[in-house]
Amino acid sequence: MDKAKLTPYRLISTLLLVAVSLTFIFPFYWIITGAFKTRDAIMAKIPEFFPSVWSMENFDKLFINPAWQWFANAVIVSFASMILVCLTASMAGYVLAKKRFAGRALLFSMFVAAMALPKQVVLVPLVNLVSSMNMHDTLWAAILPSVGWPFGIFLMKQFAEGIPGSLMEASRIDGANEWQTFVQIVVPMLKPAFGALAIFTFINTWNDYFLQLVMLVKRSNLTISLGVATLQGEYSTDYGLIMAGAALGAVPIVAIFVAFQNAFTQGIALGAVKG
Amino acid sequence: MSTNIFAREHKIQAQQTRVSYYFLLPALLFFVVFVALPMGMGVYTSFFKYTMSEFKFIGIDNYLNLFKDEIFVRSVKNTLIIVVGSVPIVTIFSLWLATIIYNMNSFSRSFFRAVYYLPVVTGSVAVVVVWKWIFDRYYGILNFVLQGLGIINKNVAWLGQVDTAIWCILTILLTTSVGQPIVLYVASLGNIDRSLTEAAEVDGATSFQVFWRIKWPTIMPTTLYVVVITTINSFQCFALIQLLTNGGPAFSTSTVMFYLYHNAFKLFEYGYANAMGVVLAILIGVFSALQFKVMGNKIDY
Repeated sequence: MDKAKLTPYRLISTLLLVAVSLTFIFPFYWIITGAFKTRDAIMAKIPEFFPSVWSMENFDKLFINPAWQWFANAVIVSFASMILVCLTASMAGYVLAKKRFAGRALLFSMFVAAMALPKQVVLVPLVNLVSSMNMHDTLWAAILPSVGWPFGIFLMKQFAEGIPGSLMEASRIDGANEWQTFVQIVVPMLKPAFGALAIFTFINTWNDYFLQLVMLVKRSNLTISLGVATLQGEYSTDYGLIMAGAALGAVPIVAIFVAFQNAFTQGIALGAVKG
Repeated sequence: MSTNIFAREHKIQAQQTRVSYYFLLPALLFFVVFVALPMGMGVYTSFFKYTMSEFKFIGIDNYLNLFKDEIFVRSVKNTLIIVVGSVPIVTIFSLWLATIIYNMNSFSRSFFRAVYYLPVVTGSVAVVVVWKWIFDRYYGILNFVLQGLGIINKNVAWLGQVDTAIWCILTILLTTSVGQPIVLYVASLGNIDRSLTEAAEVDGATSFQVFWRIKWPTIMPTTLYVVVITTINSFQCFALIQLLTNGGPAFSTSTVMFYLYHNAFKLFEYGYANAMGVVLAILIGVFSALQFKVMGNKIDY
């Protein structure tokens, strides 16, 4: 039935779909090709849609800056946030879904309220707080605050609700303690949630800008997105160089997304539609 | 005998509560230290003249000054323009795309979903710097293409004036905002019970009627969610402004978030900036509450 008749509406909307899709792909295409264009090609009156000469000069210029360090910092920050979020969120989400305990409703509504509040509003006090802990301008300052946001707890709670209680009952009767039950029974059942949350957190942290901007200062402490923004500030119209930096930041994360697309989209759909 | 059972149950309950808090402890620790505490501090210090050298209670003066501050008022106006402009477009556009995508075969569906998610994954910095180049007055491809098509006859400084810059901002915001709504709509359209739509079609309903009478009410919760998150994200528009126009020319494209950043991290007016944060949070809260009220009662839970 859906192998539809080719109505005019369907034809027009499919054509529009393709046209709009090209608009969405174009900026990414322009980053990649721009990164390899010579300065002459970029300044030319007639832009080259496809580079006539593929040049490495932009990357040579990029790596005069500590771009590998920025890249490594982004990997460290994203990876650490990912691990911490998965760990804390799975433990909290599990008990919120499966245990009845005093204060549960209150805690849950507190998390909901915090989700609705704009997280950037707290950044000024957060910077002062982190400074007082002597963590400002260290990678920790970009990692730890991002773990406090309760999105992951919701996602984990949604998934954990689907675990049959009889499984945990059985494990308890077999003499497992609470922690063993969690590790041996619950964690394996939450595998799809871990996948989705891990990718989601990694991508979000990799692309985060504001938190990192206010927390990281020294040139060697920047992440790749901050580094690219700095380059833009310093060489505002050297678009080739800026595109080389943007490509270094964007290509790996897009590759990760493409590889794990299905796990990722299912995860955010489940976490949001039901929650 | 029965008191024994109660006592035992009580003991189990207490034990469950203790265990639960052990599991919650790490998440709670992060939440309290890095979310709840800064929130409280933000509200508290908004009542102080708080700079690098000063910390003096001044009541609601920061708030009073906000409304006398022309740049702040301008920033609120710009923020509202961005929110009111982007939310309906993002919602309608992503729903429209999702209705085309969701009943394609699984390969095309994944492909298009990924295409519309691409700007989100590429990251705000990379997306903004490339658009800045596209809009560039001298080296941008937009001016070249539009001149080639004869739409404009000399290069336009798209980012150099407010009325065109705000459109550039909205365009980029749109491309980075529809990814998640499309994923959500595709999922919830796919969950609609086939037998319902088929029965309606057998009864002679047009596809337009099927959409309005069956699909639209069913996806209402998703629409509410999409509207709320798009509103929150648009209110917090920052990277886009800072990297694209830096609020300029002369703060004409500043948003609340941009001006907050400027006050806190360039002028070091912490108390004043925190008052802006509180106002922004209230604005977002009011908008979300209104949306829940208007759309929420149309939802059958």
